[in-house]
Amino acid sequence: MSLSAAYTALFYVAIVIFVVGLGLRISKYAKTPAPLKIPTTPAPVTQGGVVLRMFREVVFFQSLFKGNKWTWIFGWIFHASLLLAFFRHLRYAMSPDNILWPLVSLEVVQSFGKYAGFAMLVGLIGLFGRRIFVDRVRYISSPSDYLMLILIFAIAASGLGMSFVAHTDIVSLKAFVLGLIYFNPQPLPSDPLVLIHLGLVALLMIIFPVSKLLHAPGVFFSPTRNQIDNPREKRHLSPWAAKLETNERS
Amino acid sequence: MANFETPEIKEYPTIPLIKEGVMAHSKPFISKDAFQQPLGFPGELLDNWQDVAIEKMGEMLGKYRGLQVFLDSCVKCGACTDKCHYFLGTSDPKNMPVARQDLLRKVYRRYFTFAGKYFPKLVGAVDMTKEVLDDWYSYFHQCSQCRRCSVYCPYGIDTAEISMAAREIMDAVGVGQKYCNEIIAKVYKIGNNLGLPEPALRDTLEGLEEDVLEDTGVAVKYPLDVKGADILLVTPSADFFAEPHVDGLIGYGKVFHAAGASWTISSHASEAANFGMFIGSYENMRKVALRIREAALDLGVKRIIFGECGHAWRVAYSFLNTLAGPFDFLDPRYPVPQHICEYTYDLLKRGALTMDKSANDHMRLTFHDSCNVARASRMGDLPGGQFVIPREVIKASCNHFYDMNADTIHEGTFCCGGGGGLLTDDLMEIRVKGALPRMSALKQVVEEHGVTHLAAICAICKSQFSKVMPYYGFQMSQIVSVHQLVSNAIVLNDKQ
Repeated sequence: MSLSAAYTALFYVAIVIFVVGLGLRISKYAKTPAPLKIPTTPAPVTQGGVVLRMFREVVFFQSLFKGNKWTWIFGWIFHASLLLAFFRHLRYAMSPDNILWPLVSLEVVQSFGKYAGFAMLVGLIGLFGRRIFVDRVRYISSPSDYLMLILIFAIAASGLGMSFVAHTDIVSLKAFVLGLIYFNPQPLPSDPLVLIHLGLVALLMIIFPVSKLLHAPGVFFSPTRNQIDNPREKRHLSPWAAKLETNERS
Repeated sequence: MANFETPEIKEYPTIPLIKEGVMAHSKPFISKDAFQQPLGFPGELLDNWQDVAIEKMGEMLGKYRGLQVFLDSCVKCGACTDKCHYFLGTSDPKNMPVARQDLLRKVYRRYFTFAGKYFPKLVGAVDMTKEVLDDWYSYFHQCSQCRRCSVYCPYGIDTAEISMAAREIMDAVGVGQKYCNEIIAKVYKIGNNLGLPEPALRDTLEGLEEDVLEDTGVAVKYPLDVKGADILLVTPSADFFAEPHVDGLIGYGKVFHAAGASWTISSHASEAANFGMFIGSYENMRKVALRIREAALDLGVKRIIFGECGHAWRVAYSFLNTLAGPFDFLDPRYPVPQHICEYTYDLLKRGALTMDKSANDHMRLTFHDSCNVARASRMGDLPGGQFVIPREVIKASCNHFYDMNADTIHEGTFCCGGGGGLLTDDLMEIRVKGALPRMSALKQVVEEHGVTHLAAICAICKSQFSKVMPYYGFQMSQIVSVHQLVSNAIVLNDKQ
């Protein structure tokens, strides 16, 4: 029971750090003004165009595709698999009476999510390989850059282990997760794979708001990508720059 | 000629293996007290400079969302590592955009992030030391703020923004760059980068009128400070005397003449370039930009048109309305400001100009997209107009036009190597090496299409190319202004 209690506590702490940390960061991004129009041109001239540009950026990694095909293919495979794996995991966090259940429990969601784990490993190995073998990428890599890949690799590998090597008691595991959600703590199966998997996921959530994983919210706030190219048509003025003008007039 | 080797143009463009520290010696002259004071910066390195630097960085993080987001978001994917012309020309890894950013990011992390405060080694965070400051001074003056890296970054991280921030911090602690700061001080005192006072300007323009009259038999005017003129032309001061810039200026005058337009140059705002951007100083950039507003109000013009100048067009197109607007006192039928290429293109489309393309038959041309026009501005109504319009103007003026390799034009264009405040003799080595990718692409069209001349719409590009082309076996006369081609081809009618 003590191990279950520890994991219960760990997850609550991790969730609080993740939500509060990320929330604070996003609010900082949202509140900091962008005083000048700096979209990388050619840029869309309408709001609708900006939404499309951002969509292509977030879904297809358009700029990275232009930049480097290898990084793009490994990076895209990794992120797409991550999304598929995430969908698959939703079934462990909802009861069958949930309105999303029919979607989440679909065979296609479940099996794609299951095998996506392998694709994720391929993507991660590719990204790791570039860090080791391309001299330019090796030069710019810090220990944290390698460790982040290793962390996510370990999460994916331990997850695959439970699907294909040593099954955990999935019914108890689901009870544990639902217990977390409904503040009704339940025991956690104690086989090593599930402990490793969940422990590392909690760690990932904890470091998310203080690491380069901030690229996830960051991309939406990047002025070179989210600004409309209309500086001649519409005057763009930040609050602090407007103050420079008021000070002169008074 | 110089104590460095000009890089060799390879048959195919290659990405070099990194060679650490090979450009660490490159440093521009440090600004003196006399150039620092007028800009509001301390004259020499402050005693408590570390504290001031960190405080300044904190202040800027709260004022510039881009800086904050860019410093947090980089995942070190490496997509930018082979995109900078200075890296391709020098092999110095600190000229890879991400590594250049990291010079600042590692200090940001140390003082402003949890991971950097408590686990500095893990995330590569370091204290703000004199060695770091020296590295900043060296490598943030090896960035021309051309934004090529930002095109390929999955988060749109723009190293230009980081370089500007670093230069602003260095100015705040008293380590400014002489070239930029001396020039800005000159603008405040005299009105242009070259320090040409009103009488000299008037003399030069009268000389041009005589030359054009002699050349064409037509009395084309180059007016200065004419109150009540319709159009204020703001052009880089290099246009008043440097080659091939002045041939472009002659061309603008001929176009205005052919259109029957009333126009003037202002001695108060006799400079299109705004070096306030290079040093990342909003206040100084604004002060320089306000001179254009003052001149427009004073002369009572209806429109503002900018001459051929790359970074100037960025400040004009993207920032002028912000810095010196609103321009509600000008004619609302025209965008404020307009580019001279937009103006000429419009006349061409309306059939208002008679062009004799054969006048340029002695040249086979290609076009260099200037970095800040390409990636930080627009011309016309449609995205990408900045690529189409200058080419249409060129094609209307000559019979032989060939584009360079697709990877080296449009949004992927390479900087000339002299932009962003690097166009100074004390940075000759980095300028020559940084021109390698453009020179390689030029050589290819020279061999494939017999191209003889490179046309550009930027004063810096023109000056830079006329200086560095000889290092690569070309001649300095092979760089031409776009409106020089217009000037050659336009058929003037005396009755106009």
